[in-house]
Amino acid sequence: MTLLMGAVAYDPKVVTIWGGFRSWLNDNGLPFDFVLYSQYERQAEDLAQGRIDAAWNSPLSWIRSRRLAQASGRTLTPLVMRDTDRDLRSLIVVRADSPFKDVADLKGETVAVGAVDSPQATLLPLSYLASRNVQVDVRRFDVGVGLHGDHIGGERDAARALVSGTVAAACMIDSNHLLFGKEGTLPAGSTRVIGQTEPFDHCNMTVGETVSDQTRADFAELLLSMSYTDPKVRPLFDLEGLTRWEPGRVSGYPPLERAVDETGFYDAAGAVTAADYRP
Amino acid sequence: MMLDLGDLGFEQGAHILLQRALGPLRPGEELGVAGLDPALVMHVEVWCRAKGHLTRRADDNDDGIRVWVTRGRADLDRWVHAERAGGPSPHGIVNEPPAHWGLAARGALVEPGGPPIAADLASRELVWADLAPSLYANAAASQWDPATAIAWDAPVDLVPEIERAVVQVMTFLVENEQAALVVPARLLARIHPHFREVLQLLAVQAADEARHVEVFTRRALLTGGEMGTSSVSGRESLATLLREPDFSMASFLLSVLGEGSFLNLLTFIDRNAPDPVTRQVARMARQDEARHVAFGVAHLQHQGTLDRTLLGRLRGAIEQRHETLISSAGLNQDVFDSLVVLAAGEWSPAGIRRGYAAVQQLQAEMDEGRQHRLVRLGFPHDEAAELSALHTRNFM
Ligand SMILES: [Fe+2]
Ligand SMILES: [Fe+2]
Repeated sequence: MTLLMGAVAYDPKVVTIWGGFRSWLNDNGLPFDFVLYSQYERQAEDLAQGRIDAAWNSPLSWIRSRRLAQASGRTLTPLVMRDTDRDLRSLIVVRADSPFKDVADLKGETVAVGAVDSPQATLLPLSYLASRNVQVDVRRFDVGVGLHGDHIGGERDAARALVSGTVAAACMIDSNHLLFGKEGTLPAGSTRVIGQTEPFDHCNMTVGETVSDQTRADFAELLLSMSYTDPKVRPLFDLEGLTRWEPGRVSGYPPLERAVDETGFYDAAGAVTAADYRP
Repeated sequence: MMLDLGDLGFEQGAHILLQRALGPLRPGEELGVAGLDPALVMHVEVWCRAKGHLTRRADDNDDGIRVWVTRGRADLDRWVHAERAGGPSPHGIVNEPPAHWGLAARGALVEPGGPPIAADLASRELVWADLAPSLYANAAASQWDPATAIAWDAPVDLVPEIERAVVQVMTFLVENEQAALVVPARLLARIHPHFREVLQLLAVQAADEARHVEVFTRRALLTGGEMGTSSVSGRESLATLLREPDFSMASFLLSVLGEGSFLNLLTFIDRNAPDPVTRQVARMARQDEARHVAFGVAHLQHQGTLDRTLLGRLRGAIEQRHETLISSAGLNQDVFDSLVVLAAGEWSPAGIRRGYAAVQQLQAEMDEGRQHRLVRLGFPHDEAAELSALHTRNFM
C-alpha cells in the first residue's frame, strides 16, 4: 500500500521538495505519494477522516487535525519534525526610538500582526500579550489566509507598518526579524525587541491510523536516516530548510493550543469557530 | 572558547565571525558568544537553528557570554564526499571528467550532486591537444582592434568595375567567415568545460572570425555601394560544414582544409589588392587564420596517435562531402571572375590575362597547401593528392 501524504502548496517549490522526497522514499523501498492542498483546513479534515495517511502539518493544522481525529475516536501521531521546527520564538518589536520599554507599555496601543491564521505572527504573540494583561488594538495583515502563516507576506506588511510609524509594535517570528533586518525591510538598528514568547514548535509530519504500525515505523525510520551528507538528500533539505529530521514531539504545542482556545479559533472538537476566518 | 562580537549585529554580517570561530571546533564542542547587539541572543539562535548548531541561553553569571553554541556538523557534512575537479594546470586534466563537475573550475573542490552538464564532448581523447594552452595564450596576445588596426581613411579610389569585384570578394569572404564563426562556437558549447583551454581557444577563434566578418563587411561598404551576391552553391558547401557533428571531422574540414585554403586566398588578396584597405584586412585576417589551421592540424595529429582509424575516417569525411556537393555548381562564378578582375587591377586584355593566371596560380597553391597538410597528418603523397582534388571548389 502506498503511503499518501498531503502537503499545502504555499509556494511552487513545494512541488520540487515533495517530488524529490517521493523519489527518494520510493528508491529506498517505501511506496510514497503526495497530494497538494491549496490551504490547510481541507488537509486537516482529510487527515482526520483518514482520506490521506499523513500530512505535512503546520502547527495550527496539527492542532486542528488532532482535535478532529480525537473527536471521532482516532489518534494522530506527530512522527517527525525538522530540526528547525524546534524551540522557535515570536517577538514583539518596536521602533528603537519609541518610548516603549516593556510590553506593558503597549497597553491601548496599536499592534500589527500577520494573517489571522498565522501561529507565529498573530496567535502566539497575541496570546503572549493577553497573558500579561496587555490589551491592544490589533491591526491584522491578512495575506495568504489559509496557509497558516507559511506565506510571510502579512508578517512583512506588519513589519513595514512598524517602520512607517502607523503602529506602535509588530509581531513576527525570530527568524523573520533577522530576515527583515537583512533584506532591509527593517533597517539595521531601527528596532528593539521588547517581548518574546516562550519557545514553541512548528511543523510536523503527522501520521494517522490508516497505515500499519510497521509502515508508520518504516516511514519514521527512513526519514530519520536521511543524511545531509547524501547529495540526493541535501538539495531537498536545503530547499525545505532542515539539516536533519528529529523525532516528533508534542511538548512544543501547548502555547498554541492555549492561543487557539483563548481566541476561539477552533473548538475542542476541531470545528472552525473563528468568525472572520475564510481560508 | 569564546567569541566577542562587539556591537556587530547579525543584520550586518556577524554570522561570518561566528562561522569562523566555530570552524576549528569539533562537533559537540561549545562556544560562548558575547556581544552588545540587543538582538544578539535571538539572532544567534535563528542562525544556528538554520545551520544545524544547537544553542542555549547563558545564565547571568556567565561573564559577558550571552549564548552558548554547540557546534553541529551540517557544514562539514556538506563537504564529506566532495572531490577536487582534477588540478588547475593542464597536468591536472583527467581523462573522463564527470558531467556533474559541470561548470566548476578545474581544480575546484566540488560539492557532489547538482545538475549534470550537457557536454557530449567530454573525453580527453576526443578534444584535447597539448598545443591548446600555448595556442590560446598566443591567440589572446594577438587580438587586434578593427577600428585602429586598419587605416580606414587610406585612399580607395578604384574604377567602378574593379571596386565591384572587390565588393564581391568581400561578400564571399563574409559568408565564409560566418561559417567559420558558427562551427567553433557550436563545438565549444558541446565540450566539457574541464578542457577549458580548448574552450578558450575556440572562443578566441570565434572572436577572430567576428572581427573578420566586421572588417570584410566594412571594406565592402567603404565606398557606399551595395553588397555582392551569395550563390546557392556557396551556401550549400558551407552548410555541409555546419552539419558535421564529429569534433575531429569538423575540425578537419573547416580548419585543415577550409581555413588552410583560405590562407592562400588571403595571401593572394594581400599580394594583388588594388587598394591599401583591401590589403590590410586580408593581411590581418590571415594572421588569425594561421592559428586556426595550426590548432586543427595539432588536434588531428594528436588524434592520429590515439586512433589508428582516424585517417580512414578523415578520408571518408572528404569523400562524403564531395558526394554531397557533386551536383552543386561549385564556386560562385561571380567570385571567380571578381578574383580575376581584382588581380588584374585594370580593365584591359593584358590585365585580365595577368589576373586569370594569378587565380590559376592561387588554385595550384591551395592544392599544394592542402596536400602538404594532409601529408603532415600522415597521408601518403599520392593519397594526399587524390584527396586534395576532392576538396570543395568553394575553397572553404
Ligand atoms: Fe576568419
Ligand atoms: Fe578561421
